Amino acid sequence: MKNLNRRQFLKFASVTALAAALQTLVSPLAAAEKFFREPPWKGKKKYWGFAVDIDKCIGCGRCAKACKTENDVPKEPFFFRTWVERYILRRPAGLEVTSPNGGIDGYPALTSPETITKTFFVPKLCNLCDSPPCVQSCPVGATFKSEDGVVLVDRKWCVGCRYCIQACPYGVRYLHPVLHVADKCTLCYHRISRGLRPACVEVCPTGARMHGDLSDPNSPLSKLRDTSHYQTLKPHMGTRPNLVYLNMDQEVR
Amino acid sequence: MDTIQMLYEALPKVAGYIYPNELELQWSVLIVLYPYITGLVAGAFILASLERVFNVTEVKPTYRLSLLVALAFLLVAPIPLNLHLGHPERGFEIFFTPNKTSAMAMFGFVYLWYLLAVLLLEIWLDYRKDIVLWSQCEPFWPKRMVYKLMTLGVSNISERSLSIDDKLGRAITVIGLPSAVLLHGYVGFIFGSVKANPWWSTPLMPVIFLFSAMASGIAGVLLIYMGLCKFRKVLIDIKCVDTIGKYLLSAIVVAFSLEMLELIQMAYEAEEHFDIITLLIEGRLFISMICIQILMGSVTPMLLLGSAQVFRFSEMTRKVIYGLSATLSLIGILAMRWNVVIGGQFFSKSLLGFTTYKLELIGREGALVGAAILVLPFLILAGLLYLLPPWDHCSPTAADRSSK
Repeated sequence: MKNLNRRQFLKFASVTALAAALQTLVSPLAAAEKFFREPPWKGKKKYWGFAVDIDKCIGCGRCAKACKTENDVPKEPFFFRTWVERYILRRPAGLEVTSPNGGIDGYPALTSPETITKTFFVPKLCNLCDSPPCVQSCPVGATFKSEDGVVLVDRKWCVGCRYCIQACPYGVRYLHPVLHVADKCTLCYHRISRGLRPACVEVCPTGARMHGDLSDPNSPLSKLRDTSHYQTLKPHMGTRPNLVYLNMDQEVR
Repeated sequence: MDTIQMLYEALPKVAGYIYPNELELQWSVLIVLYPYITGLVAGAFILASLERVFNVTEVKPTYRLSLLVALAFLLVAPIPLNLHLGHPERGFEIFFTPNKTSAMAMFGFVYLWYLLAVLLLEIWLDYRKDIVLWSQCEPFWPKRMVYKLMTLGVSNISERSLSIDDKLGRAITVIGLPSAVLLHGYVGFIFGSVKANPWWSTPLMPVIFLFSAMASGIAGVLLIYMGLCKFRKVLIDIKCVDTIGKYLLSAIVVAFSLEMLELIQMAYEAEEHFDIITLLIEGRLFISMICIQILMGSVTPMLLLGSAQVFRFSEMTRKVIYGLSATLSLIGILAMRWNVVIGGQFFSKSLLGFTTYKLELIGREGALVGAAILVLPFLILAGLLYLLPPWDHCSPTAADRSSK
């Protein structure tokens, strides 16, 4: 009886081990079901997102200027939390992109208008990534993502190594020339947490910029995402931005 | 010069379109020196372990020298990093609040491990007998006191004790070898893991860095060894330099092959960044990459060292070949670091244009500081050679006499 028990036990153990091994082998096949990740705002009270409608942007540059004023961004034309690019596509071929002083002072006059096929303006800012490479790369954890989805920098912690600036695929970070720490768009966190709109959204005369709460399915931003076709910048980077662009041309980088 | 003023001067030199924040090059010449110096450390240590782990007895004359070279350069390695920080006074946070997901955060730990657990321990164990003897026979008393301190209170140099030292030393070298590989492979990973930058983002980067590090370390030790022999007016051990020459050739061949493989792969796949990379190589990197890194720093030493393998040159000619090849490959590898670090920042992440970089002479990140950082390891090495001469052994009889 004792022997039989042992045998039974061994049988049971080996069958269990085999089943576990088989399960491990087969389980990746079921990964396709998990292909769509749960949205990062699931279970969150608030989760900020942003949308830009390129067709509505008129390139006035008020957003970039307001951002500099609101957030004490250095006035020199090399430091921006947000800026506006002008794209010109020409026939037979040609792409011109410009953003002199971030679009704050306007753009050079158009030349040879007869060759132009398309022009449009593209506002740029922090892409509010789900997987922000800047947060991943910061060696001391000074850059972090808030519970409500905004990537922020702790100015008292940042060592100024600039690794996050290298890691950001969108070029939206810079080293503050006075404070010597990394700086970036905070979505005007000091304003949105008080129920106000970010400075750039506030001053946009055409409503091309929109911020909102993605955790609320009835928020205007969620509704907009539900009912429009949108794209994100550099999707191949796997950063999964929560800044989305409506009516975006494939030339936009 | 003031950063803002420099940026205003750089503005007209921008070609095409760059994101406005990209005008300023984030990592300067100091970050070029950082992988160069750590590479020399790793390479020198790997050369030392050839003798210790793989029993390549021909390179024995350079064993201790390699360890001291590795230590001298390792002590300097964090200086350019720390100097470059916006807040150097907060640099220690990397030890206290490391972010586990950051490739850079682990540098401090890898560095400390390598310095304390590998290099210092191995040097101490290898020199222990001499240190004990020097602490007894050194006539100059301050130096004798230093040796006394360096014995750490252990003066047992019995045969049994020395054989334990030897075994322990061998074990540490066996651990040290992967540590050296880790140290420099890791430096490569700091760049290779930046997916935002197509010039850096490749899984080959750690391996390329590693083999070029081996080449630079071997070349560095070879030159220092030959220079020291000249300085001390002793004969160069030709068997030793012949063997080192062979290893140098192998390291350059592997490093060069990997670099070319990377370029060929990039050209063949021709992804969206290929156009800008082509313009980069043909333009801003033409001299530093095609001329200095590839032709002067890789192809020429390979031909020279290869010819020393194929033809029967005289000893004198071989020595000249080794010296010249080592110098050229050291310059080539410095250029390679430049091309990776600076080159990778020349083009915009929009892939539509280029920024510019002017190496200033003075200033915290200027050429003079860079040169000083490159000279500093040699000063430290001189101090180490004075204190721990690799060629000098205190005879036990002399020690006996002085103790009596």
